Amino acid sequence: MKKLSTHRRHPLAGLVVVLLGLVVAGSLYAAVRPAAADGSSSSDTDLIAEGRELFVVGCASCHGLNAEGIEMQSGSNNGPSLIGVGAAAVDFQVETGRMPMARPDVQAPRKEGMYSDEEIAALAAYVASLAPGPAIPAPEEYSTEGASVARGGEFFRTNCTACHNFAGAGGALAEGRYAPPLKGVSPEHIVEAIVTGPQQMPVFSWLEPQDRKDIIAYLERLEEQPAYGGSPLGSLGPVTEGLWGWLGGIGSLVLASVWIGNNGVRAGKKKQQ
Amino acid sequence: MSHHDPHGEGLPDHSPAIDGGTSGQDLSLLPDRPAEPVSDPGIAPHEPRPTDIDPIMERRAERQIAMLFGGAALLTLAFCVAYFLIDDSATFAGYNASNFALGLTLGLALLFIGIGAIQWARKLMADHELVEYRHGAASTAADRAESIAAFQAGADESGFGRRTLVRNSLLGSLAFLGLPAVVLLGDLGPLPGDVYARTVWKRGVRIVKDVSGDPIRPDELAVGGQINAAPASFFESEGPDGTVTPAEYEGHELQIEKTKAPVILVRMTPDDITPAPGREDWDVDGIVCYSKICTHVGCPISLWEQQTHQLLCPCHQSTFDLADSGRVLFGPAARAMPQLQIAVDEEGYLIAADGFTEPVGPSYWERG
Amino acid sequence: MSAPTTTSGSTSAVAPAASVPKRPMKGAGAVTWLDERLGLGGLAKKQLRKVFPDHWSFMLGEIALWSFVILLLTGVFLSLWFKPSMAEVEYMGSYAELRGLHMSEAYATSLDLSFDVRGGLLMRQMHHWAANLFLASMTIHMLRVFFTGAFRKPRELNWIIGLALLQLGIVEGFAGYSLPDDLLSGTGLRIAEGIMRSVPVVGSYISFFAFGGEFPGDDIIPRLYVVHVLLLPGLLLGLIAAHMLLLVYHKHTQWPGPGRTNNNVVGFPLMPVYMAKAGGFFFIVFGVTALMGALLQINPIWMYGPYNPSQVTAGSQPDWYMGWLDGGLRLMLPWESELFGYTISWNVMIPGLGLMGLLFGVLGAYPFIERWITGDKREHHLLERPRNQPTRTGFGAAGVTAYGLLWIAGGNDVIATQFSLSINTVIVFMRFAVIIGPVLAFIIARRWALSLQRHDRELVLHGYETGVIVRSPEGSYSEIHAPIDPSRAYSLTTHERRVPLEVSASADANGVAAPGRGKERIRARLSRFWYADEVPKPTTAEIEEAAHHAQHNGHGADGLDGRERHVGIETGGFVGGDDWSSSESDSSSSSAKR
Repeated sequence: MKKLSTHRRHPLAGLVVVLLGLVVAGSLYAAVRPAAADGSSSSDTDLIAEGRELFVVGCASCHGLNAEGIEMQSGSNNGPSLIGVGAAAVDFQVETGRMPMARPDVQAPRKEGMYSDEEIAALAAYVASLAPGPAIPAPEEYSTEGASVARGGEFFRTNCTACHNFAGAGGALAEGRYAPPLKGVSPEHIVEAIVTGPQQMPVFSWLEPQDRKDIIAYLERLEEQPAYGGSPLGSLGPVTEGLWGWLGGIGSLVLASVWIGNNGVRAGKKKQQ
Repeated sequence: MSHHDPHGEGLPDHSPAIDGGTSGQDLSLLPDRPAEPVSDPGIAPHEPRPTDIDPIMERRAERQIAMLFGGAALLTLAFCVAYFLIDDSATFAGYNASNFALGLTLGLALLFIGIGAIQWARKLMADHELVEYRHGAASTAADRAESIAAFQAGADESGFGRRTLVRNSLLGSLAFLGLPAVVLLGDLGPLPGDVYARTVWKRGVRIVKDVSGDPIRPDELAVGGQINAAPASFFESEGPDGTVTPAEYEGHELQIEKTKAPVILVRMTPDDITPAPGREDWDVDGIVCYSKICTHVGCPISLWEQQTHQLLCPCHQSTFDLADSGRVLFGPAARAMPQLQIAVDEEGYLIAADGFTEPVGPSYWERG
Repeated sequence: MSAPTTTSGSTSAVAPAASVPKRPMKGAGAVTWLDERLGLGGLAKKQLRKVFPDHWSFMLGEIALWSFVILLLTGVFLSLWFKPSMAEVEYMGSYAELRGLHMSEAYATSLDLSFDVRGGLLMRQMHHWAANLFLASMTIHMLRVFFTGAFRKPRELNWIIGLALLQLGIVEGFAGYSLPDDLLSGTGLRIAEGIMRSVPVVGSYISFFAFGGEFPGDDIIPRLYVVHVLLLPGLLLGLIAAHMLLLVYHKHTQWPGPGRTNNNVVGFPLMPVYMAKAGGFFFIVFGVTALMGALLQINPIWMYGPYNPSQVTAGSQPDWYMGWLDGGLRLMLPWESELFGYTISWNVMIPGLGLMGLLFGVLGAYPFIERWITGDKREHHLLERPRNQPTRTGFGAAGVTAYGLLWIAGGNDVIATQFSLSINTVIVFMRFAVIIGPVLAFIIARRWALSLQRHDRELVLHGYETGVIVRSPEGSYSEIHAPIDPSRAYSLTTHERRVPLEVSASADANGVAAPGRGKERIRARLSRFWYADEVPKPTTAEIEEAAHHAQHNGHGADGLDGRERHVGIETGGFVGGDDWSSSESDSSSSSAKR
């Protein structure tokens, strides 16, 4: 697909089109900035209507009938407004099963998705029609061809490891929230998370397309590379190493001590008590 | 009943010796503890092991142990084969094959030797319990008296006690020898001065993206966005005419400045921000800039939650509120994160409007 | 330290040793050649057949010894390739994920060791695992010595040496994992630097002198390297030698039991049994370490990346032995004060420096404190079961609990994510737990020990439960108890009777207050607390009476009915030292002294 603008502007064709075989004609969404939106969204009205229907049934109870969000009396969000979050956010949240949430919680966990690809496309089209937002990335935006793994590692360690850990194993945030593990996350979802900032994750849409590809290439390498030193013990750092040192190492050596300190079987009858 | 004398310490002999009331004797001559209330049945008679009485068992144990030792030798050879034959990049069941094979063969070989040796001791070596008598830890009174006398004689002959002038001047000179030992360490490092309070930030320094070194336009940062940033002087820059200016800092000087200068830029809805008095104009359209170095013990923090605006340190869980002047919300840190006042230069890029107004990073005595 | 010359430890076999055929010894010539030059005969004749008692818990210190040997062996291997330099190089090795990056030479050579030296990764991992095992085994060895009272006279100095070994081991470990200069080790050094800065008055100077200027500088890795491979191993070696020599000189402690007294040591000879057992154990420790190096990845430095002070990773933790200090840093409240324009960071200083001082201060002083409170100045070579020293056991349990809770707090982020908890909740809970937990642990462990004492008393007086239920002619049911084996009964009752110290009466009689009586009174009170609620072991009279009773009740020598047993429990339950000393004086046959 041809790039229409150099920076942070992408055609909203991509996966929606690929998946549905529908032509979403003339619909260009500003990728990032609501301020720089061109606002037009004259896509397939049927798809939007279908999305609207699905939305009213599955999402409106938290996000409001018109996706405007529901603010509780306490000031906290029941569900945030989805106006301007873009198709990428819908695709990420629904496809990874985070939305709809099973119950109100500090954070939406990743789980089995509830909607079919067509339904997700419809929902995405509906939310995208509300206001311009990041579009679903096209495959070439996350292809790792020509990407630099080492450079991706630098970006990863500077921007991602603080929350997601050096091996992408995830980590703790405040008050029960957490940064999820990155293992098994598709490149498409990684790009979507970077540009939309799901839940507590900040928006990293300023990362250049090449930076994102490099990060994805590094993550793919991390997953592909053999376990050089044996079982990675969850890649959680010295905590699990210490646990294994004590349970496995000292545990087995204490067992060996018991064996060495014991004098074994006697030929005579066993002693009483 | 007789209580043990609690003030018995300091008597010349082993007086409060092993069992109360029988003091004054050498430990090794003491009778064993009085049998009370159950008398000591004594060391149990030796019971033979199966290998002691059954020649078949004995030979089986012999074979078993020899097989362990033989197996160890074979595994050691396998180690050598693995060393030369297995390629560094080969994998086995997702593991690095070389490390796996070398460690497994070496580990098992060593284990076999160890188990064999211990089995030898347990099954074949004589296993009669022996008794060895103890003696008191102290030397005998006579020995002690003799050595004290010898020491006295030596001390007297030296005149160490009598010739106080010689002795004291020696002690004095030895004490002074400590000085060179301390003074020599003076060049371990320069004196700190006020470097902890200084960073490379000053008015007009461009804030650039870490790693790439690209300058930042405010509109690149969406609401809820975060950029891990650094001063432009850490990177080489290309002027409009294509001339490349090298980075001002390199090598370990760069590392030193990186312990103080990293910042994070985050953008919030301007209404969400409660600026501290005097910091009302420190942001640019809701973009605020804070030091990345924790005020607790100096870990770089970039775990910012875009909805709660909390910044959490992954090292010791200090939590700061970036919507409220970097105030401490939780955890062991005592000081708010230092904020950097920012502005936009004529080319439209973010710059520091001033240096940090307080030292960044962990506290120290002179910080004030 | 030289071997004793005054009283020789004579060795005698209880049962006649297997007959040794008389034949000329092989290699007699070599022995003579050596002895004519070294004169080792006098030493060897005693030490070759030196007796060591058998017990699994006596092997724990050996794990530490052998891990240290493994550390020396693997460490020498690593030092052949590792370059402790902070000079910046461009990495061109085989790990593609980092190729082309600028990094310190220390990190680059650590990567080379991992990827370009065959067997290098195995040696690195074995070195790291052995370090973890070295400190873990020293810790459990120390706990064994503490809970069994093996630190008592004459072994106080060896206890202190052991503590010094543990402390040096911790510093050695920290220096070691800081050397590769990866992101995690750099983060650890950064935190150490933050702690150094918190020292009042001279903090900044300490930091500048340690790092050769401002952190991180380019001196710290070479300096730590010298500390790690020369200074500390040298000290450790010397102290280990002293530790072992004192062990040989004092002879090993043993558990009380038939034929085992305070004046002897019963066990197996160094040659051949303990040479085979200890030598074999070395290979087992070595083998386990090698298997861990093969199967369990430790400190994957290639994933952390080179140290960059502007980067950090989730899960930044120290190795386990520093974890409790990190936990202290995490739990501490945000206290900082400003005095006359100077800053005191209590929040960093108290856990960062105070905890270590507190732990080793208390441990070092403990033998002397206990000795003062109990007034016990005798030599002890028989170990005490933890139940027979309830107060010591209680303090030990409190210490282990406090350490354990701080340790867990050091991994609170991993705990929060793995168990889906809020990290804030975990921290707040831990802040309370670390204060309340040790108190609870003290009370529980002490009561537990006392109940076990009561149980032992029951066992000796009324035998063990056979599980055989009989019905009496009157229709009541009871369980038959059988007397325990005499050697077991002896082992259960051979410990000392303990009496609290009393304020000496002589001063009162004269009507003049003796000097130091206030101190004495405090000591008497502490001593009463120390021995409060002790369940006295049965006296000979009580045992005879119990046996008589059993016979009288018609269950034969090994039967007692349930009611009798119940009475026994009540007699075991009296409280306070005075109570039992008076009951003891009733039993005329008691010959026990303190």
